[in-house]
Amino acid sequence: MISQIAIVLFDGFAFGMLLFLLSVGLSVTLGMMNFINLAHGAFGMFGGYVAVTVMRQLGLPFLAALPLAFIAMALLSIVIERTLFRRLYKAGELNQVLFTIGLVFVAAAVATFTFGTVQQVIILPSWLRGSVEIAGVRFGVYRSFIIVVALLVTALLVFGLERTRLGAQIRAAVDNQRMAQGLGLDVEKVFAITFALGSGLAGLGGALAVEVVGLSPSFGFQMLVYVLIVVSVGGLASITGSFAGAALLGIGDVAGKYFWPEIGSFLIYLLLVAILLVRPLGLFGKR
Amino acid sequence: MAGGDIVLAAEGLRKSFGKLEVTRDVALALPRGARHALIGPNGAGKTTLINLLTGQIKPDAGRITLEGEDITAQPPAQRVRRGLSRTFQINTLFPDLVPIEAVALAVLERERHAGQFWKPLAAHGAAIEESFAILSRLGLADVATRTTRTLPYGQQRLLEIALALAGRPRVLLLDEPAAGVPKDESAALFAVISGLPAEISVLFIEHDMDIVFTFATRIIVLVGGGVLLEGDPETVRSDQRVREVYLGHGHG
Amino acid sequence: MNKPLSAPIEARDWLRRRSRWSPFEIAFWLAALLPFILFPTYLPLANQIAIAALFAISVDLILGYAGIVTLGHAMFFGLGAYFAGIISVRGWGEPISGLLMAGAFAGVIGYVVSFLITRVQHLALIMVTLGLGFLTYELANALHWLTGGTDGLRGISTWPVLGQFRFDMWGYTAYGYALGVLFLCFLLSRRLVNSSFGLALRGIRENVKRMPAIGADHKAHLRLVYAISAAIAGLAGGLMAQTTNTVALDSLSFERSADVVVMLILGGTGRLYGAIVGTIIFLVARDQLAGINPQYWYFGIGLLLMGVVLFMPKGILGFLAQIVDRRR
Repeated sequence: MISQIAIVLFDGFAFGMLLFLLSVGLSVTLGMMNFINLAHGAFGMFGGYVAVTVMRQLGLPFLAALPLAFIAMALLSIVIERTLFRRLYKAGELNQVLFTIGLVFVAAAVATFTFGTVQQVIILPSWLRGSVEIAGVRFGVYRSFIIVVALLVTALLVFGLERTRLGAQIRAAVDNQRMAQGLGLDVEKVFAITFALGSGLAGLGGALAVEVVGLSPSFGFQMLVYVLIVVSVGGLASITGSFAGAALLGIGDVAGKYFWPEIGSFLIYLLLVAILLVRPLGLFGKR
Repeated sequence: MAGGDIVLAAEGLRKSFGKLEVTRDVALALPRGARHALIGPNGAGKTTLINLLTGQIKPDAGRITLEGEDITAQPPAQRVRRGLSRTFQINTLFPDLVPIEAVALAVLERERHAGQFWKPLAAHGAAIEESFAILSRLGLADVATRTTRTLPYGQQRLLEIALALAGRPRVLLLDEPAAGVPKDESAALFAVISGLPAEISVLFIEHDMDIVFTFATRIIVLVGGGVLLEGDPETVRSDQRVREVYLGHGHG
Repeated sequence: MNKPLSAPIEARDWLRRRSRWSPFEIAFWLAALLPFILFPTYLPLANQIAIAALFAISVDLILGYAGIVTLGHAMFFGLGAYFAGIISVRGWGEPISGLLMAGAFAGVIGYVVSFLITRVQHLALIMVTLGLGFLTYELANALHWLTGGTDGLRGISTWPVLGQFRFDMWGYTAYGYALGVLFLCFLLSRRLVNSSFGLALRGIRENVKRMPAIGADHKAHLRLVYAISAAIAGLAGGLMAQTTNTVALDSLSFERSADVVVMLILGGTGRLYGAIVGTIIFLVARDQLAGINPQYWYFGIGLLLMGVVLFMPKGILGFLAQIVDRRR
């Protein structure tokens, strides 16, 4: 029994770390610009397809595919932000929701056209396969890898926010945009960089997710609900919130599916609604 | 307290945001028919005080009474229905509605008839008549059916006041009614303020000293969240501290 | 350009004129009868459109008029559908009474939910509606002894309408019944939006901050319109159960909730007719295009959505209204 719980916690936490990478960007950009980007899940999908393609067509190793997924999505997001999203910052929630959903539809259709509906497969390097046995419980190596990557990213993010100039600018822009602008901060540029970083992380998350969750054109939709739950429960513009929300959701989802398959999802949605009613800004949200 | 019966009173009002104390032990007594002005430098807490009085913010301590009734715990909408109306410093109007609709809505909400979803709007004859009368008194009858967002700024400011008057208030809190109104359009505003019914008690925040010294019979000076001085215009105008803090040098 | 008013009587007339029936409207409803005569093979599609249009109207009331963004309203559609379906399975197949009960059921649940809805705004509101929608879906799935689970409800049979009109194979009765209910609910909704209550809703949408400042209990208004909207959505669901004799989990799905919002944005929110027009365009297009290739459908609808939001944010009817206004 204990070993079952340990495995569920471990797998759940690993899944949560994936969700964290997929969601943290949305949490910060939503908190900064109030722009509801439902295409964020599709950004993950793009990262996944990039990773698959460079490994398959260019023969690159997995460890090279990961940063490429990050960079490719970051660059693409700059283009999308410049040409499309920028026009909708004042457009109201409903319009932002619908526009970005439309973008997800288009992305899914393009993915289907290019890759077909079949699940994509990634061949992991041998050192990432298999499992390790600790105290009689088998822990997956790849999932451990995901956790390590996510914790590294978290450390970098926290360090970056607290110690670098860009980080200070980001914090200022989130806290009080008008004042930051008044003090001479180029809010638009800060937002563009933040958006690129966040989207890149989503791409990275998508690439990492291929092995665990699978990759098909419906990835954007499937992950969307998870991402939204993490962001709304965790709280906007909060790395801690995204981390906590993602970990909770990841563990809850895996535990639910394992121990209570009949009502697992039901409990998650019930918790979601309950938490939001008590704390509409999320567990760690400020505004 | 001297003066006629007190309509709006506040005592010991305190409010802090974290460590920042924005309202420090403020007391207020507005008699019937008052024309009191609230002045002070930016950041003195004037709008915060209005928000405390209307109920938008909850005070950390203190008591507010309207016509003797303790309203400290009442939500904003209830205070309006009891006769306490306000205008906003930044126009808070309904952009897509036309003035006659906006004012009629305020009248109907006052009468608690707004929820009658089976009755056509045009059938509320009395409310429409009253709305038209209010708009006429403010010189807005001509634009009663023009979309609010298309109105010139000065008329929007007047519509702000019309919405507040529709509540048949006994106390009217005006938050910088002349804010942003160019000098050549302020005549209409002056006329409206002087034309306000005598029995309404008015407290207005203003930076425009012309309006303050034309209309106010009593001035409260708020500095750093606390009342520095309260008195008639001459006393305030000649007080040294007020000059230093607010009116600047060589004014008055 | 509006002529200045000089008397309250003119104000009343101006307001009255805004809610008068235009010849376009009359023509529109007469045209709704055309499928009977001209396109009898399309009667089942017309039936689906009428049902979806009724659902869209219910969402327009809260989204277009009150400004509540919801991604979970299919919850009430499904609740009404399952209610009507289940009582029919249990032996009561009388359509009109069954439909009214389904609507009332959905309305009561809607009223209860409205207390939750009015506690949150922005992202939290969207997520609460989303969460409640998924909750209801999971619940229906879990209670498969009652709802038939993933197989759907079996054994629905609807008695003749008013004892006279049996549901025929071609769909004449179905469409007639659905169209009748749609028209009636449309009349009621029209009354509502042209009343002082409709004005209050628009006030909430335009500037919710001003509402308490004019003495309005805007949360009470929101709760009322949400309950009414839920009831109408329940009627639409009940119609689907009774006219197609099928109820499955898709009646509660997120896709249905999202589709209806897309239909609204296409036609234009806050117009009632926008809901109907958007529904027609969406369903006809899907019927024609998805048959060819589902990929093209997703691509097309995605592009259309993005285009409408960027260039025609008030929807097709809004866009047309702007053109007409400029000509004046």
